[in-house]
Amino acid sequence: MKTRANRGMRLLWYGALSVAAIPFVFPTWWMATSSLKPVSEIFAFPPSLLPQSPRLDAYERVFQLQPFAQQYFNSMYIAILVTIGTLAVSSLAGYAFARIRFRGQNVLFVVVMMGLLIPSEVTIVPLFQMFNGFGMVDTHWPLILVPIFGASSVLATLIMRQFFITLPVELEEAGRIDGLGRFALYWRIGLPLAKPALAAVAIVTFLNSWNLYLEPIVFLSTPENFTVPQALTHFTDAYGGPLWDVQLAAASITALPVLLVFVIAQRHFVEGLANTGLKG
Amino acid sequence: MSRLREQPTTAGRARRWWTARRRDQLAGYLFITPQILGTALFVIAPLVMVAWYSLHEWNVLAGSFEFVGDANYRQLLDDPGLPGVLAATGVFSLGLVVLNLSLALWLAIMLNRRFAGTTVFRTVFFSPVVVSLVAWTIVWGFLLQNDGGINGLLSVIGVDGPNWLRGEATAMGAVVVVQVFKNVGLNMVLFLAALQGVPRELYEAASIDGASPWRQFRRITVPLISPTILLTSIITIVGSLQVFAQIDVLTQGGPGTSTTVLVYYLYQQAFDFHHFGYGSTLAMLLFVIVLVLTIIQWRMRRRWVFHEN
Repeated sequence: MKTRANRGMRLLWYGALSVAAIPFVFPTWWMATSSLKPVSEIFAFPPSLLPQSPRLDAYERVFQLQPFAQQYFNSMYIAILVTIGTLAVSSLAGYAFARIRFRGQNVLFVVVMMGLLIPSEVTIVPLFQMFNGFGMVDTHWPLILVPIFGASSVLATLIMRQFFITLPVELEEAGRIDGLGRFALYWRIGLPLAKPALAAVAIVTFLNSWNLYLEPIVFLSTPENFTVPQALTHFTDAYGGPLWDVQLAAASITALPVLLVFVIAQRHFVEGLANTGLKG
Repeated sequence: MSRLREQPTTAGRARRWWTARRRDQLAGYLFITPQILGTALFVIAPLVMVAWYSLHEWNVLAGSFEFVGDANYRQLLDDPGLPGVLAATGVFSLGLVVLNLSLALWLAIMLNRRFAGTTVFRTVFFSPVVVSLVAWTIVWGFLLQNDGGINGLLSVIGVDGPNWLRGEATAMGAVVVVQVFKNVGLNMVLFLAALQGVPRELYEAASIDGASPWRQFRRITVPLISPTILLTSIITIVGSLQVFAQIDVLTQGGPGTSTTVLVYYLYQQAFDFHHFGYGSTLAMLLFVIVLVLTIIQWRMRRRWVFHEN
């Protein structure tokens, strides 16, 4: 009796989840396969799930229509710099707020946390003016400096602080007896133990930078300076209509490396997010 | 050892001014300096500036910048477009929060069982989170157009689908759905982590007492994971107010202004029409809305959050 009920339950479970999975998987599948089809086949009724005769035409045109390799490099190096910078700034501040007692600590912490309350869209006009004054419009500086030092690193600081708070005092006391100063305690004891938190912050930061859209379209105007998300929408014909096969090919190129990393690091990724200070 | 040094004799106090404790304090200040300077320069200063700008008539093209007091705020109240913008923003946020949280919770409960394949399904539902936002949105834009994939699939079963993104009635719903599938995996993971903290004995005891699954869900699951529900709803609501790329890629605020949400309107006013002053006023409105929502949610936590920590 019990086994049969369980088997029924299990079938129901697999069935429900498989149906639910369709809108999560299908778009990515469609993107990848359609990018290999000629335009006529992309719009074929009924749609074909696999390309009849796969071709890489669209992928060639991605690189002909725009300096896409350059744009890809822009996004990549900006995201890497932002990630490294955010790790440094947020782990230092998070460590200090968690483990060092100094005067004005609570007030300063509240001031920093204000950043969580202020969406970047609120400050985009003054930031544009500010960087215009610095002569940095149509450069990558705003896309690097603001995320590292501004509001978007505040969440990272909070995550790092929550992590460092949980470290046992004894670990550092041993280091102190050995004569380590604060920076050494942070660098040699705190950081190595904080790898899970650092990994979560790194992944979230990298993705956020990679996905940034409003800021690039506000700050950048030369195609050579574009980032990938901004470039994706510029594969259009002479009338401004989208070149679907090329857009889908470019989108596939954009999604591929991140998906690959994700599939490889899936376990750490999901668990890291769930276990790192974001827990309720 | 250090404790000895921190308690100097009266005679030694002047000499021992530079104590380990002070050195430690200095380290604390140095450690937070980058973050504090960044906050001052890129958060607080711009916030003050945007408040200042909102009191000015500032057209970049005309090169005019003059103090007009509360004129922009009066324009805000009289703006015939604004009620529609606020309605669109509200519909988007509400639709997103309701759909996102209920789907995320359902998925998390489904995946909190011990069957083979949970990891695969988790990966599947989480994968759109890592697909780049604009790529995801472009694909959906393609799927949702009149002769796109969704209507193609519908035609197979003999249904004539509407032009989703060009219909006043369907455009906003379509944008919400695209966004839900993109990010529901994040909330799902947070709910899963919370569910794993609920003791199984509670459900066993409830089953013995004859409580139905729905009753168990309401009386055990919801109260025990309510801190996570609060957290995810704050994240989702504040995130929903910032939606921009999806609107820009899918509908450009149309058809008509049916999907013109506040941030998109702000962007149009400031960077398409070059009204930096009025754009700043809209930014202040956005700031106030986020602030009020956060305060309300914070106040409410006592009433419906079962336990903290």
